[in-house]
Amino acid sequence: MSPARPFSRQLQRLLLLGTLLLFALYFLTPLYVMLVTSLKDADQLRSGHLLSLPSAPTLDAWSKAWQSACTGVECGGLRPFFVNSLLMVVPAVVVSTALGAINGYVLSKWRFPGSETLFALLLFGVFMPMQVVLLPMSQVLGWLGIASSIWGLIAVHVLAGIAPTTLFFRNYYVGLPDELLKAAMLDGASFWQIFRRIVLPLSGPILMVTLIWQFTSIWNDFLYGVVFSGADSKPITVGLNNLANTSSAVKEYNVDMAAALIAALPTLFVYVVAGKYFVRGLTAGAVKG
Amino acid sequence: MQTRHSGPNPWLPRLVVAPGLALGLLFIYGLMAWNGYLSFSASRLMPNYGFVGWAQYEALLENDRFRVAMTNLAIFGPLFIGGAMALGLLLAILLDQKVRAEGVLRTIYLYPMAISFIVTGTAWKWMLNPTTGLEQVMRQWGFADFSFDWLVDPERAIYCVAIAGVWQSAGFVMALFLAALRGIDDAIIKAAQVDGASLPRIYWRIIIPSLRPVFFSTLMVVSHLAIKSFDLVMALTAGGPGYATDLPATFMYATAFTRGQIGLGAASATVMLATVAAIVVPYLYSELRPRK
Repeated sequence: MSPARPFSRQLQRLLLLGTLLLFALYFLTPLYVMLVTSLKDADQLRSGHLLSLPSAPTLDAWSKAWQSACTGVECGGLRPFFVNSLLMVVPAVVVSTALGAINGYVLSKWRFPGSETLFALLLFGVFMPMQVVLLPMSQVLGWLGIASSIWGLIAVHVLAGIAPTTLFFRNYYVGLPDELLKAAMLDGASFWQIFRRIVLPLSGPILMVTLIWQFTSIWNDFLYGVVFSGADSKPITVGLNNLANTSSAVKEYNVDMAAALIAALPTLFVYVVAGKYFVRGLTAGAVKG
Repeated sequence: MQTRHSGPNPWLPRLVVAPGLALGLLFIYGLMAWNGYLSFSASRLMPNYGFVGWAQYEALLENDRFRVAMTNLAIFGPLFIGGAMALGLLLAILLDQKVRAEGVLRTIYLYPMAISFIVTGTAWKWMLNPTTGLEQVMRQWGFADFSFDWLVDPERAIYCVAIAGVWQSAGFVMALFLAALRGIDDAIIKAAQVDGASLPRIYWRIIIPSLRPVFFSTLMVVSHLAIKSFDLVMALTAGGPGYATDLPATFMYATAFTRGQIGLGAASATVMLATVAAIVVPYLYSELRPRK
Protein backbone atom coordinates (compact mmCIF):
# COMPACT_ATOMS: atom_id res chain seq x y z
CA MET A 1 0.00 0.00 0.00
CA SER A 2 1.56 3.29 -1.05
CA PRO A 3 1.01 6.30 1.18
CA ALA A 4 0.53 8.43 -1.94
CA ARG A 5 -2.67 10.24 -1.04
CA PRO A 6 -2.94 10.01 2.73
CA PHE A 7 -5.95 12.32 3.02
CA SER A 8 -8.20 10.57 0.52
CA ARG A 9 -7.12 7.21 1.90
CA GLN A 10 -8.10 8.29 5.39
CA LEU A 11 -11.41 9.54 4.10
CA GLN A 12 -11.98 6.20 2.43
CA ARG A 13 -11.24 4.33 5.64
CA LEU A 14 -13.62 6.57 7.53
CA LEU A 15 -16.35 6.01 4.99
CA LEU A 16 -15.76 2.29 5.10
CA LEU A 17 -15.92 2.16 8.87
CA GLY A 18 -19.00 4.37 8.90
CA THR A 19 -20.81 2.08 6.47
CA LEU A 20 -19.86 -0.99 8.46
CA LEU A 21 -21.09 0.60 11.68
CA LEU A 22 -24.34 1.62 10.02
CA PHE A 23 -24.94 -2.00 9.04
CA ALA A 24 -24.07 -3.11 12.56
CA LEU A 25 -26.80 -0.76 13.81
CA TYR A 26 -29.24 -2.22 11.30
CA PHE A 27 -28.56 -5.73 12.54
CA LEU A 28 -28.61 -4.76 16.20
CA THR A 29 -31.80 -2.69 16.11
CA PRO A 30 -34.27 -5.58 16.54
CA LEU A 31 -32.26 -6.91 19.48
CA TYR A 32 -32.15 -3.43 20.99
CA VAL A 33 -35.88 -3.01 20.50
CA MET A 34 -36.55 -6.35 22.17
CA LEU A 35 -34.35 -5.46 25.11
CA VAL A 36 -35.63 -1.94 25.82
CA THR A 37 -39.23 -2.95 25.28
CA SER A 38 -38.94 -5.90 27.64
CA LEU A 39 -37.81 -3.51 30.39
CA LYS A 40 -40.82 -1.20 30.11
CA ASP A 41 -44.19 -1.38 31.80
CA ALA A 42 -47.52 -0.69 30.13
CA ASP A 43 -47.38 3.07 30.77
CA GLN A 44 -43.91 3.50 29.35
CA LEU A 45 -44.97 1.40 26.40
CA ARG A 46 -47.77 3.81 25.64
CA SER A 47 -45.87 7.05 26.20
CA GLY A 48 -42.64 6.09 24.48
CA HIS A 49 -41.87 4.48 21.16
CA LEU A 50 -39.92 1.51 19.84
CA LEU A 51 -36.51 3.02 20.29
CA SER A 52 -36.97 5.08 23.44
CA LEU A 53 -35.15 3.94 26.55
CA PRO A 54 -37.29 2.82 29.47
CA SER A 55 -37.72 5.72 31.91
CA ALA A 56 -38.03 3.33 34.86
CA PRO A 57 -36.66 -0.09 33.89
CA THR A 58 -38.55 -3.00 35.40
CA LEU A 59 -38.32 -6.77 35.12
CA ASP A 60 -42.09 -7.24 35.48
CA ALA A 61 -42.50 -8.18 31.84
CA TRP A 62 -39.77 -10.79 32.19
CA SER A 63 -41.35 -12.41 35.22
CA LYS A 64 -44.76 -12.33 33.57
CA ALA A 65 -43.36 -13.90 30.39
CA TRP A 66 -41.65 -16.57 32.45
CA GLN A 67 -44.44 -17.60 34.80
CA SER A 68 -47.84 -16.08 34.16
CA ALA A 69 -48.33 -14.94 30.58
CA CYS A 70 -51.10 -16.66 28.64
CA THR A 71 -50.22 -18.95 25.78
CA GLY A 72 -53.71 -19.70 24.59
CA VAL A 73 -55.90 -21.00 27.39
CA GLU A 74 -53.05 -21.82 29.75
CA CYS A 75 -51.52 -18.97 31.70
CA GLY A 76 -48.32 -20.41 33.10
CA GLY A 77 -45.82 -18.41 31.12
CA LEU A 78 -42.99 -19.87 29.11
CA ARG A 79 -41.44 -21.92 31.91
CA PRO A 80 -43.08 -25.27 31.07
CA PHE A 81 -42.15 -24.84 27.39
CA PHE A 82 -38.58 -24.01 28.32
CA VAL A 83 -38.37 -27.18 30.39
CA ASN A 84 -39.83 -29.22 27.51
CA SER A 85 -37.22 -27.84 25.16
CA LEU A 86 -34.44 -28.72 27.59
CA LEU A 87 -35.77 -32.26 28.03
CA MET A 88 -35.97 -32.61 24.28
CA VAL A 89 -32.73 -30.99 23.22
CA VAL A 90 -30.27 -32.82 25.45
CA PRO A 91 -30.99 -36.44 24.44
CA ALA A 92 -31.67 -35.49 20.80
CA VAL A 93 -28.33 -33.69 20.47
CA VAL A 94 -26.33 -36.43 22.19
CA VAL A 95 -27.83 -39.33 20.24
CA SER A 96 -27.74 -37.66 16.83
CA THR A 97 -24.15 -36.56 17.38
CA ALA A 98 -23.06 -40.07 18.41
CA LEU A 99 -24.74 -41.60 15.37
CA GLY A 100 -23.12 -39.01 13.12
CA ALA A 101 -19.66 -39.71 14.55
CA ILE A 102 -19.94 -43.44 13.92
CA ASN A 103 -21.43 -43.02 10.46
CA GLY A 104 -18.76 -40.49 9.59
CA TYR A 105 -15.98 -42.77 10.86
CA VAL A 106 -17.10 -45.69 8.72
CA LEU A 107 -17.95 -43.64 5.63
CA SER A 108 -14.54 -41.97 5.63
CA LYS A 109 -12.15 -44.60 6.95
CA TRP A 110 -13.84 -47.92 6.27
CA ARG A 111 -15.34 -47.33 2.87
CA PHE A 112 -17.02 -50.28 1.24
CA PRO A 113 -18.50 -50.72 -2.24
CA GLY A 114 -21.46 -48.36 -2.48
CA SER A 115 -20.64 -46.36 0.64
CA GLU A 116 -20.03 -43.17 -1.32
CA THR A 117 -23.40 -43.52 -3.00
CA LEU A 118 -25.09 -44.04 0.35
CA PHE A 119 -23.40 -40.90 1.62
CA ALA A 120 -24.56 -38.90 -1.40
CA LEU A 121 -28.10 -40.15 -0.88
CA LEU A 122 -27.95 -39.19 2.78
CA LEU A 123 -26.66 -35.74 1.90
CA PHE A 124 -29.94 -34.85 0.21
CA GLY A 125 -31.51 -35.11 3.65
CA VAL A 126 -29.71 -31.90 4.65
CA PHE A 127 -31.55 -29.94 1.98
CA MET A 128 -34.91 -31.60 1.48
CA PRO A 129 -38.04 -29.77 2.61
CA MET A 130 -39.15 -31.53 5.75
CA GLN A 131 -42.79 -31.06 4.78
CA VAL A 132 -42.57 -34.39 2.95
CA VAL A 133 -41.90 -36.32 6.17
CA LEU A 134 -44.56 -34.65 8.32
CA LEU A 135 -47.62 -36.69 7.37
CA PRO A 136 -46.02 -40.16 7.30
CA MET A 137 -44.00 -39.42 10.42
CA SER A 138 -47.06 -38.49 12.44
CA GLN A 139 -48.45 -41.89 11.56
CA VAL A 140 -45.22 -43.66 12.51
CA LEU A 141 -45.14 -41.87 15.84
CA GLY A 142 -48.71 -42.96 16.41
CA TRP A 143 -47.84 -46.59 15.76
CA LEU A 144 -44.87 -46.36 18.10
CA GLY A 145 -47.13 -44.89 20.75
CA ILE A 146 -45.04 -41.75 21.15
CA ALA A 147 -47.20 -39.28 19.23
CA SER A 148 -47.68 -35.91 20.93
CA SER A 149 -44.91 -36.63 23.42
CA ILE A 150 -41.42 -35.37 24.06
CA TRP A 151 -40.16 -38.84 23.11
CA GLY A 152 -41.73 -38.44 19.70
CA LEU A 153 -40.01 -35.08 19.21
CA ILE A 154 -36.68 -36.55 20.31
CA ALA A 155 -37.09 -39.40 17.81
CA VAL A 156 -37.83 -37.00 14.94
CA HIS A 157 -34.92 -34.73 15.78
CA VAL A 158 -32.54 -37.69 16.02
CA LEU A 159 -33.68 -39.08 12.66
CA ALA A 160 -33.55 -35.70 10.95
CA GLY A 161 -30.16 -35.06 12.53
CA ILE A 162 -28.44 -38.11 11.07
CA ALA A 163 -27.84 -36.42 7.69
CA PRO A 164 -26.14 -33.23 8.91
CA THR A 165 -24.13 -34.90 11.69
CA THR A 166 -22.88 -37.62 9.33
CA LEU A 167 -21.90 -34.91 6.84
CA PHE A 168 -19.93 -33.00 9.47
CA PHE A 169 -18.02 -35.99 10.83
CA ARG A 170 -17.43 -37.67 7.49
CA ASN A 171 -15.95 -34.54 5.95
CA TYR A 172 -13.76 -33.95 8.97
CA TYR A 173 -12.52 -37.52 9.23
CA VAL A 174 -11.63 -37.59 5.52
CA GLY A 175 -8.94 -35.09 6.46
CA LEU A 176 -7.32 -37.34 9.07
CA PRO A 177 -4.25 -39.06 7.57
CA ASP A 178 -4.86 -42.70 6.70
CA GLU A 179 -1.31 -43.55 7.78
CA LEU A 180 -2.31 -43.02 11.38
CA LEU A 181 -4.92 -45.72 11.14
CA LYS A 182 -2.75 -48.06 9.10
CA ALA A 183 -0.04 -47.93 11.71
CA ALA A 184 -2.54 -48.71 14.44
CA MET A 185 -3.92 -51.59 12.42
CA LEU A 186 -0.47 -53.08 11.96
CA ASP A 187 -0.18 -52.99 15.72
CA GLY A 188 -3.31 -55.11 15.81
CA ALA A 189 -5.75 -52.41 16.92
CA SER A 190 -9.40 -53.24 16.26
CA PHE A 191 -12.09 -51.15 14.60
CA TRP A 192 -13.34 -49.83 17.93
CA GLN A 193 -9.87 -49.39 19.42
CA ILE A 194 -8.87 -47.20 16.50
CA PHE A 195 -12.02 -45.15 16.95
CA ARG A 196 -11.58 -44.74 20.71
CA ARG A 197 -7.83 -44.22 20.92
CA ILE A 198 -7.02 -42.40 17.69
CA VAL A 199 -10.05 -40.89 15.98
CA LEU A 200 -12.05 -39.73 18.97
CA PRO A 201 -9.20 -37.86 20.67
CA LEU A 202 -8.70 -35.94 17.40
CA SER A 203 -12.40 -35.09 17.11
CA GLY A 204 -12.54 -32.14 19.53
CA PRO A 205 -13.30 -29.36 17.04
CA ILE A 206 -15.82 -31.29 14.97
CA LEU A 207 -17.58 -32.49 18.12
CA MET A 208 -17.99 -28.86 19.15
CA VAL A 209 -19.26 -27.88 15.71
CA THR A 210 -21.78 -30.72 15.63
CA LEU A 211 -23.00 -30.32 19.21
CA ILE A 212 -23.51 -26.60 18.74
CA TRP A 213 -25.14 -27.03 15.35
CA GLN A 214 -27.55 -29.64 16.60
CA PHE A 215 -28.31 -27.72 19.77
CA THR A 216 -29.05 -24.54 17.84
CA SER A 217 -31.21 -26.14 15.19
CA ILE A 218 -33.18 -28.32 17.58
CA TRP A 219 -33.74 -25.52 20.09
CA ASN A 220 -34.87 -23.20 17.31
CA ASP A 221 -37.02 -25.74 15.51
CA PHE A 222 -40.64 -24.77 15.07
CA LEU A 223 -41.95 -27.06 12.34
CA TYR A 224 -41.62 -30.39 14.16
CA GLY A 225 -42.57 -28.72 17.40
CA VAL A 226 -45.85 -27.41 16.09
CA VAL A 227 -46.74 -30.60 14.21
CA PHE A 228 -45.66 -33.38 16.55
CA SER A 229 -46.07 -32.02 20.07
CA GLY A 230 -49.05 -32.49 22.33
CA ALA A 231 -50.49 -30.24 25.00
CA ASP A 232 -47.75 -31.11 27.51
CA SER A 233 -44.79 -31.38 25.19
CA LYS A 234 -44.71 -28.12 23.26
CA PRO A 235 -41.21 -26.69 22.86
CA ILE A 236 -40.25 -23.10 23.57
CA THR A 237 -40.68 -21.84 20.00
CA VAL A 238 -44.29 -23.03 19.94
CA GLY A 239 -44.85 -21.52 23.38
CA LEU A 240 -43.47 -18.19 22.22
CA ASN A 241 -45.55 -18.20 19.07
CA ASN A 242 -48.70 -19.01 21.03
CA LEU A 243 -47.90 -16.31 23.55
CA ALA A 244 -47.31 -13.69 20.88
CA ASN A 245 -50.49 -14.65 19.04
CA THR A 246 -52.76 -14.84 22.06
CA SER A 247 -55.15 -11.99 21.66
CA SER A 248 -55.93 -9.92 24.69
CA ALA A 249 -57.64 -6.60 25.21
CA VAL A 250 -54.34 -4.72 25.28
CA LYS A 251 -51.40 -6.20 23.42
CA GLU A 252 -48.52 -6.47 25.87
CA TYR A 253 -45.56 -6.09 23.60
CA ASN A 254 -43.21 -5.79 26.56
CA VAL A 255 -44.16 -9.33 27.62
CA ASP A 256 -43.85 -10.57 24.03
CA MET A 257 -40.35 -9.14 23.76
CA ALA A 258 -39.26 -10.55 27.12
CA ALA A 259 -40.60 -13.94 26.02
CA ALA A 260 -38.76 -13.69 22.70
CA LEU A 261 -35.53 -12.95 24.55
CA ILE A 262 -36.06 -15.86 26.93
CA ALA A 263 -36.49 -18.15 23.93
CA ALA A 264 -33.38 -16.71 22.28
CA LEU A 265 -31.06 -16.63 25.29
CA PRO A 266 -29.72 -20.22 25.26
CA THR A 267 -28.67 -20.19 21.61
CA LEU A 268 -27.53 -16.58 21.78
CA PHE A 269 -25.34 -17.49 24.75
CA VAL A 270 -23.82 -20.44 22.90
CA TYR A 271 -23.25 -18.21 19.88
CA VAL A 272 -21.44 -15.55 21.87
CA VAL A 273 -19.31 -18.10 23.73
CA ALA A 274 -18.52 -20.43 20.83
CA GLY A 275 -19.50 -18.54 17.70
CA LYS A 276 -16.45 -19.78 15.83
CA TYR A 277 -17.78 -23.33 15.86
CA PHE A 278 -21.27 -22.25 14.94
CA VAL A 279 -20.02 -20.40 11.88
CA ARG A 280 -18.00 -23.42 10.85
CA GLY A 281 -21.14 -25.54 11.00
CA LEU A 282 -23.07 -23.00 8.96
CA THR A 283 -20.52 -22.93 6.19
CA ALA A 284 -19.88 -26.69 6.25
CA GLY A 285 -23.35 -27.37 4.89
CA ALA A 286 -22.58 -25.50 1.70
CA VAL A 287 -19.08 -26.78 1.08
CA LYS A 288 -18.04 -30.06 -0.34
CA GLY A 289 -15.85 -32.41 1.66
CA MET B 1 -9.14 -46.67 3.84
CA GLN B 2 -9.70 -49.00 0.98
CA THR B 3 -6.90 -51.36 1.83
CA ARG B 4 -7.15 -55.06 1.47
CA HIS B 5 -8.75 -56.43 4.55
CA SER B 6 -5.65 -57.47 6.36
CA GLY B 7 -6.71 -56.24 9.75
CA PRO B 8 -10.05 -56.33 11.46
CA ASN B 9 -13.11 -58.10 10.12
CA PRO B 10 -14.30 -56.19 7.02
CA TRP B 11 -17.93 -56.79 7.88
CA LEU B 12 -17.77 -55.13 11.27
CA PRO B 13 -17.78 -51.53 9.96
CA ARG B 14 -20.71 -52.25 7.67
CA LEU B 15 -22.61 -53.85 10.51
CA VAL B 16 -21.87 -50.92 12.78
CA VAL B 17 -22.91 -48.27 10.28
CA ALA B 18 -25.99 -50.15 9.07
CA PRO B 19 -28.54 -49.14 11.72
CA GLY B 20 -27.69 -45.43 11.71
CA LEU B 21 -27.48 -45.23 7.96
CA ALA B 22 -30.61 -47.30 7.42
CA LEU B 23 -32.60 -45.15 9.83
CA GLY B 24 -31.34 -41.97 8.21
CA LEU B 25 -32.09 -43.16 4.69
CA LEU B 26 -35.46 -44.64 5.64
CA PHE B 27 -36.41 -41.36 7.27
CA ILE B 28 -35.56 -39.50 4.08
CA TYR B 29 -36.60 -41.83 1.26
CA GLY B 30 -39.05 -44.11 3.01
CA LEU B 31 -41.16 -41.24 4.25
CA MET B 32 -40.69 -39.37 0.98
CA ALA B 33 -42.15 -42.32 -0.93
CA TRP B 34 -44.92 -42.71 1.60
CA ASN B 35 -45.79 -39.04 1.25
CA GLY B 36 -45.82 -39.48 -2.50
CA TYR B 37 -48.19 -42.39 -2.06
CA LEU B 38 -50.47 -40.30 0.15
CA SER B 39 -50.54 -37.61 -2.53
CA PHE B 40 -52.08 -40.11 -4.96
CA SER B 41 -54.66 -41.25 -2.42
CA ALA B 42 -58.08 -40.03 -1.49
CA SER B 43 -56.96 -39.18 2.07
CA ARG B 44 -58.75 -36.38 3.79
CA LEU B 45 -58.99 -36.31 7.58
CA MET B 46 -57.63 -39.85 7.89
CA PRO B 47 -55.24 -41.63 5.56
CA ASN B 48 -57.28 -43.50 2.98
CA TYR B 49 -55.28 -45.52 0.56
CA GLY B 50 -57.79 -45.54 -2.24
CA PHE B 51 -55.88 -44.60 -5.37
CA VAL B 52 -57.10 -41.47 -7.11
CA GLY B 53 -54.27 -40.82 -9.55
CA TRP B 54 -53.43 -37.17 -10.16
CA ALA B 55 -56.67 -35.89 -8.71
CA GLN B 56 -55.00 -34.24 -5.70
CA TYR B 57 -52.51 -32.47 -7.94
CA GLU B 58 -55.28 -31.26 -10.20
CA ALA B 59 -57.17 -29.98 -7.17
CA LEU B 60 -53.97 -28.32 -6.01
CA LEU B 61 -53.49 -26.43 -9.25
CA GLU B 62 -57.04 -25.17 -9.07
CA ASN B 63 -56.80 -24.27 -5.42
CA ASP B 64 -56.85 -20.51 -5.08
CA ARG B 65 -54.92 -20.54 -1.83
CA PHE B 66 -52.15 -22.62 -3.36
CA ARG B 67 -51.93 -20.23 -6.29
CA VAL B 68 -51.53 -17.37 -3.85
CA ALA B 69 -48.79 -19.34 -2.08
CA MET B 70 -46.92 -19.97 -5.32
CA THR B 71 -47.32 -16.36 -6.44
CA ASN B 72 -46.00 -15.24 -3.09
CA LEU B 73 -43.02 -17.55 -3.47
CA ALA B 74 -42.39 -15.95 -6.86
CA ILE B 75 -42.33 -12.52 -5.17
CA PHE B 76 -40.67 -13.44 -1.91
CA GLY B 77 -38.09 -15.82 -3.43
CA PRO B 78 -36.28 -13.38 -5.73
CA LEU B 79 -36.47 -10.56 -3.16
CA PHE B 80 -35.16 -12.75 -0.35
CA ILE B 81 -32.49 -14.44 -2.46
CA GLY B 82 -31.43 -11.26 -4.25
CA GLY B 83 -31.47 -9.16 -1.10
CA ALA B 84 -29.55 -11.63 1.02
CA MET B 85 -26.99 -12.31 -1.72
CA ALA B 86 -26.40 -8.63 -2.51
CA LEU B 87 -26.21 -7.48 1.10
CA GLY B 88 -24.12 -10.49 2.10
CA LEU B 89 -21.63 -9.95 -0.72
CA LEU B 90 -21.38 -6.25 0.04
CA LEU B 91 -20.74 -6.92 3.73
CA ALA B 92 -18.13 -9.55 2.90
CA ILE B 93 -16.25 -7.21 0.56
CA LEU B 94 -16.36 -4.34 3.04
CA LEU B 95 -15.18 -6.59 5.87
CA ASP B 96 -12.38 -7.92 3.70
CA GLN B 97 -10.70 -4.47 3.68
CA LYS B 98 -8.63 -5.33 6.76
CA VAL B 99 -10.94 -3.57 9.17
CA ARG B 100 -9.82 -3.35 12.77
CA ALA B 101 -12.97 -4.49 14.56
CA GLU B 102 -13.69 -7.23 12.05
CA GLY B 103 -14.34 -9.96 14.60
CA VAL B 104 -16.93 -7.94 16.50
CA LEU B 105 -18.66 -6.75 13.34
CA ARG B 106 -18.81 -10.26 11.95
CA THR B 107 -20.35 -11.51 15.16
CA ILE B 108 -22.99 -8.78 14.97
CA TYR B 109 -23.86 -9.42 11.33
CA LEU B 110 -24.27 -13.13 11.88
CA TYR B 111 -26.09 -13.36 15.19
CA PRO B 112 -29.60 -13.51 13.67
CA MET B 113 -28.73 -16.96 12.29
CA ALA B 114 -28.23 -18.24 15.83
CA ILE B 115 -31.76 -17.40 16.95
CA SER B 116 -35.10 -18.75 15.93
CA PHE B 117 -37.17 -17.17 13.18
CA ILE B 118 -39.98 -17.26 15.70
CA VAL B 119 -38.00 -14.89 17.93
CA THR B 120 -37.03 -12.50 15.16
CA GLY B 121 -40.49 -12.75 13.63
CA THR B 122 -42.02 -11.70 16.95
CA ALA B 123 -39.67 -8.72 17.12
CA TRP B 124 -40.27 -7.66 13.51
CA LYS B 125 -43.98 -8.02 13.95
CA TRP B 126 -43.89 -5.33 16.53
CA MET B 127 -41.49 -3.07 14.67
CA LEU B 128 -43.63 -3.26 11.55
CA ASN B 129 -46.88 -2.89 13.46
CA PRO B 130 -48.86 -0.17 11.69
CA THR B 131 -49.73 1.93 14.72
CA THR B 132 -47.30 1.19 17.53
CA GLY B 133 -44.17 0.30 15.57
CA LEU B 134 -41.99 2.27 13.22
CA GLU B 135 -44.91 4.56 12.50
CA GLN B 136 -45.03 5.77 16.09
CA VAL B 137 -41.28 6.41 16.11
CA MET B 138 -41.43 8.53 12.99
CA ARG B 139 -44.46 10.46 14.21
CA GLN B 140 -42.86 11.23 17.55
CA TRP B 141 -39.80 12.37 15.66
CA GLY B 142 -41.91 14.93 13.87
CA PHE B 143 -43.07 13.21 10.69
CA ALA B 144 -46.75 13.52 11.54
CA ASP B 145 -48.01 11.97 8.32
CA PHE B 146 -45.67 9.02 8.26
CA SER B 147 -47.52 5.80 7.84
CA PHE B 148 -46.31 2.29 7.27
CA ASP B 149 -48.99 -0.37 7.20
CA TRP B 150 -47.55 -2.97 4.86
CA LEU B 151 -47.87 -5.70 7.46
CA VAL B 152 -51.68 -5.56 7.38
CA ASP B 153 -51.93 -4.74 3.68
CA PRO B 154 -52.72 -7.98 1.81
CA GLU B 155 -50.88 -6.66 -1.24
CA ARG B 156 -47.73 -5.68 0.59
CA ALA B 157 -47.42 -7.90 3.66
CA ILE B 158 -45.28 -10.37 1.74
CA TYR B 159 -42.64 -7.64 1.35
CA CYS B 160 -42.43 -7.44 5.13
CA VAL B 161 -41.64 -11.14 5.22
CA ALA B 162 -38.88 -10.54 2.68
CA ILE B 163 -37.45 -7.63 4.70
CA ALA B 164 -37.21 -9.71 7.86
CA GLY B 165 -35.88 -12.69 5.92
CA VAL B 166 -33.06 -10.69 4.35
CA TRP B 167 -32.17 -9.25 7.73
CA GLN B 168 -31.93 -12.75 9.16
CA SER B 169 -29.93 -14.39 6.38
CA ALA B 170 -27.58 -11.72 5.00
CA GLY B 171 -24.94 -12.51 7.61
CA PHE B 172 -24.95 -16.14 6.58
CA VAL B 173 -24.24 -15.20 2.97
CA MET B 174 -21.53 -12.85 4.21
CA ALA B 175 -19.86 -15.70 6.09
CA LEU B 176 -19.79 -17.90 2.99
CA PHE B 177 -18.38 -15.14 0.76
CA LEU B 178 -15.90 -13.95 3.35
CA ALA B 179 -14.44 -17.45 3.63
CA ALA B 180 -14.00 -17.49 -0.15
CA LEU B 181 -12.48 -14.01 -0.27
CA ARG B 182 -9.91 -15.09 2.29
CA GLY B 183 -8.89 -17.86 -0.06
CA ILE B 184 -7.94 -15.47 -2.87
CA ASP B 185 -4.25 -14.97 -3.36
CA ASP B 186 -3.18 -11.45 -2.36
CA ALA B 187 -0.52 -11.51 -5.04
CA ILE B 188 -3.15 -11.21 -7.77
CA ILE B 189 -4.57 -8.08 -6.20
CA LYS B 190 -1.13 -6.58 -5.66
CA ALA B 191 -0.20 -7.23 -9.28
CA ALA B 192 -3.36 -5.55 -10.51
CA GLN B 193 -2.70 -2.57 -8.25
CA VAL B 194 0.80 -2.25 -9.65
CA ASP B 195 -0.78 -2.12 -13.08
CA GLY B 196 -2.77 0.87 -11.89
CA ALA B 197 -6.19 -0.73 -11.53
CA SER B 198 -8.48 0.87 -8.99
CA LEU B 199 -9.88 -1.17 -6.13
CA PRO B 200 -13.52 -1.21 -7.34
CA ARG B 201 -12.26 -2.25 -10.76
CA ILE B 202 -10.14 -5.04 -9.27
CA TYR B 203 -13.17 -6.34 -7.41
CA TRP B 204 -15.48 -6.08 -10.38
CA ARG B 205 -13.12 -7.60 -12.94
CA ILE B 206 -11.00 -10.05 -10.95
CA ILE B 207 -12.26 -10.89 -7.50
CA ILE B 208 -16.00 -11.20 -7.97
CA PRO B 209 -15.65 -13.36 -11.11
CA SER B 210 -13.31 -15.66 -9.20
CA LEU B 211 -16.07 -16.16 -6.61
CA ARG B 212 -18.23 -17.98 -9.16
CA PRO B 213 -18.23 -21.42 -7.49
CA VAL B 214 -19.05 -19.96 -4.08
CA PHE B 215 -21.65 -17.76 -5.69
CA PHE B 216 -23.44 -20.78 -7.08
CA SER B 217 -23.28 -22.85 -3.93
CA THR B 218 -24.52 -19.86 -1.90
CA LEU B 219 -27.30 -19.24 -4.39
CA MET B 220 -28.29 -22.88 -4.07
CA VAL B 221 -28.35 -22.80 -0.28
CA VAL B 222 -30.27 -19.52 -0.08
CA SER B 223 -32.77 -20.61 -2.74
CA HIS B 224 -33.66 -23.80 -0.94
CA LEU B 225 -34.06 -21.80 2.27
CA ALA B 226 -36.51 -19.55 0.43
CA ILE B 227 -38.62 -22.48 -0.70
CA LYS B 228 -38.62 -23.97 2.80
CA SER B 229 -39.51 -20.69 4.58
CA PHE B 230 -42.07 -21.47 7.22
CA ASP B 231 -41.23 -20.21 10.71
CA LEU B 232 -40.78 -16.59 9.71
CA VAL B 233 -44.18 -16.38 8.04
CA MET B 234 -45.85 -18.16 10.94
CA ALA B 235 -44.39 -15.73 13.47
CA LEU B 236 -44.70 -12.56 11.42
CA THR B 237 -48.10 -12.88 9.75
CA ALA B 238 -49.28 -16.48 10.27
CA GLY B 239 -50.00 -16.38 6.55
CA GLY B 240 -52.35 -13.42 6.95
CA PRO B 241 -54.08 -11.11 6.42
CA GLY B 242 -56.41 -13.91 5.34
CA TYR B 243 -53.98 -16.09 3.43
CA ALA B 244 -52.29 -13.22 1.63
CA THR B 245 -48.79 -14.17 2.80
CA ASP B 246 -49.05 -17.93 2.53
CA LEU B 247 -46.00 -19.68 1.14
CA PRO B 248 -45.98 -23.33 0.03
CA ALA B 249 -44.69 -24.44 3.44
CA THR B 250 -47.43 -22.69 5.37
CA PHE B 251 -50.01 -23.86 2.84
CA MET B 252 -48.89 -27.44 3.38
CA TYR B 253 -49.12 -27.10 7.16
CA ALA B 254 -52.53 -25.46 7.10
CA THR B 255 -53.96 -27.90 4.56
CA ALA B 256 -52.65 -31.09 6.11
CA PHE B 257 -52.85 -30.29 9.80
CA THR B 258 -55.46 -27.65 10.45
CA ARG B 259 -57.89 -28.21 7.58
CA GLY B 260 -57.59 -31.99 7.52
CA GLN B 261 -56.92 -32.42 3.81
CA ILE B 262 -54.13 -34.95 3.99
CA GLY B 263 -54.02 -35.89 0.31
CA LEU B 264 -53.89 -32.29 -0.83
CA GLY B 265 -51.25 -31.43 1.78
CA ALA B 266 -49.14 -34.38 0.70
CA ALA B 267 -49.39 -33.25 -2.92
CA SER B 268 -48.20 -29.75 -1.99
CA ALA B 269 -45.29 -31.25 -0.04
CA THR B 270 -44.31 -33.23 -3.13
CA VAL B 271 -44.38 -30.05 -5.21
CA MET B 272 -42.03 -28.42 -2.68
CA LEU B 273 -39.78 -31.45 -2.80
CA ALA B 274 -39.63 -31.37 -6.57
CA THR B 275 -38.74 -27.67 -6.55
CA VAL B 276 -35.95 -28.12 -4.02
CA ALA B 277 -34.67 -31.23 -5.81
CA ALA B 278 -34.51 -29.35 -9.10
CA ILE B 279 -32.11 -26.90 -7.47
CA VAL B 280 -30.16 -29.14 -5.12
CA VAL B 281 -29.68 -32.39 -7.04
CA PRO B 282 -27.66 -30.91 -9.93
CA TYR B 283 -25.56 -29.07 -7.38
CA LEU B 284 -24.91 -32.14 -5.23
CA TYR B 285 -24.19 -34.17 -8.33
CA SER B 286 -21.54 -31.76 -9.54
CA GLU B 287 -20.05 -31.43 -6.06
CA LEU B 288 -19.79 -35.15 -5.39
CA ARG B 289 -18.70 -36.25 -8.83
CA PRO B 290 -15.22 -37.71 -8.44
CA ARG B 291 -12.69 -35.31 -9.89
CA LYS B 292 -9.64 -36.65 -11.62
